[in-house]
Amino acid sequence: MKMITAVIKPFKLDDVRETLAGIGVQGVTVTEVKGFGRQKGHTELYRGAEYVVDFLPKVKIEVALPESMVEGAVEAILNSARTGKIGDGKIFISDLLEVIRIRTGETGDEAI
Amino acid sequence: MENDIVNLQYALDTFYFLVSGALVMWMAAGFAMLESGLVRAKNTTEILTKNVCLYAVACTMYLLTGYTIMYGGSEGGIFPDAWFGNSIANATTEEVLASGGDTYYSGASDFFFQVVFVATAMSIVSGAVAERMKLWAFLAFAIVMTGFIYPMQGMWKWGGGFLDAAGFQDFAGSGIVHLCGATAALAGVLLLGPRKGKYTKDGKAVAIPGANMPLAALGMFILWMGWFGFNGGSELMVSTIDEANAVSTVFVNTNAAACGGLLAALLTAHFLFGKADLTMAVNGALAGLVAITAEPLNWTAIPATLVGAVGGVLVVFAVIFMDKIKIDDPVGAISVHGVVGIWGLLAVCLSSNADATLVGQLLGIVTIFVWVFVTSLIVWAILKAVMGIRVSEQDEYDGVDLSECGMEAYPEFVSSK
Repeated sequence: MKMITAVIKPFKLDDVRETLAGIGVQGVTVTEVKGFGRQKGHTELYRGAEYVVDFLPKVKIEVALPESMVEGAVEAILNSARTGKIGDGKIFISDLLEVIRIRTGETGDEAI
Repeated sequence: MENDIVNLQYALDTFYFLVSGALVMWMAAGFAMLESGLVRAKNTTEILTKNVCLYAVACTMYLLTGYTIMYGGSEGGIFPDAWFGNSIANATTEEVLASGGDTYYSGASDFFFQVVFVATAMSIVSGAVAERMKLWAFLAFAIVMTGFIYPMQGMWKWGGGFLDAAGFQDFAGSGIVHLCGATAALAGVLLLGPRKGKYTKDGKAVAIPGANMPLAALGMFILWMGWFGFNGGSELMVSTIDEANAVSTVFVNTNAAACGGLLAALLTAHFLFGKADLTMAVNGALAGLVAITAEPLNWTAIPATLVGAVGGVLVVFAVIFMDKIKIDDPVGAISVHGVVGIWGLLAVCLSSNADATLVGQLLGIVTIFVWVFVTSLIVWAILKAVMGIRVSEQDEYDGVDLSECGMEAYPEFVSSK
């Protein structure tokens, strides 16, 4: 099992969610985050005093998947989250040791 | 028939005082919203508590001592005839009719109209000392300010004292209310010090943005509406053709000055910063209102707009200047009410008010500033020595909502024990 974590532009959330649902992904966890990569922030002025906004709003999506679905999901996220402009985000794939459904106690692939 | 007219005028003018007073009371909500919009979330409950409490303190102290001090003096005098006690008194029907209309409003309505002005003056202070002052020190100061400092200088002009005799003009209180409040705030801020992290070691101002722009804008509109009572009611009468015309002119000029101030501040901020700064626009509207408050009657609407516009330009530069000399004023209260209050008092000389003289205005400005600054400084200094006026560094970091009020304004992740 793998955990896919994707940091994307907030307005792309609906597109990504729909595309993932389209390939059979059952559930996602979404968090509002701030971050930056190579996309720089900008300077703002408040009553004459300058301040820098380095961190940009992003959305983090986490999906737990069986090994077999990972390639398809990555493809789906790439196609739906990409705008071609700087700041599109990144996808991280990590190993998932265990998944347990709280309601029933099911584990492994059945719990995803 | 004659009596009917006296009855009607008395009722109408009393009603007018009461409604105007209610509008000025509404300005307390304006200040509360404006200030809570311009401070950080962690300090919101505390500034709201300051605002709700100071209104109650002001009304109570003015009832106990202030009104008697302010309206109990002899003509041209310096000291009041009495210092304590509730001196509210309604004339009886016989007395009013016997006066032939000289007494044209109820005593209680006069008190009500006056007391809300005291609260306005006091609430100017709360914005300047925001985010780092101890709540109870502020309320202790409010007791002295509303019970003594404000009424004394109020007596010297509106109570018929020596400033009035010298020809000082202040229609609705650019000096007596706004400059007074700003001066008390200045004295407090000098002893309080700036917020931690507001100024870098090389003297640059660090931005500490307010948490809620909608509240700030709402506050501005509430204050604007209340100001129609503040200036409009200060004509003191509406029940004749002349007076109704005068009141209408006051409303129009008040509105025009606010608009002029807002646009001028917006444009000034745009030229200086390249952006349309909402907080400067808000300060500009209020500056326009403060500027016209000393003389909202004796001009036509276009000059009134320009008076407000000058206030709007002044306030932007004043806010920047305050930061340059490291006077930290989170909402710009000293700039709006003090700097522009002075402009408002001087502008009276440019109006068609034949009684205004530059000397008279300067006497008023200096008297109010010196009296309020010295007495306030003494009170703040005593409070600082006895109980401390500033919260600890840790409390300032955690937010005064927790240290002073034990309550967050925007609670998250709370759980019961």
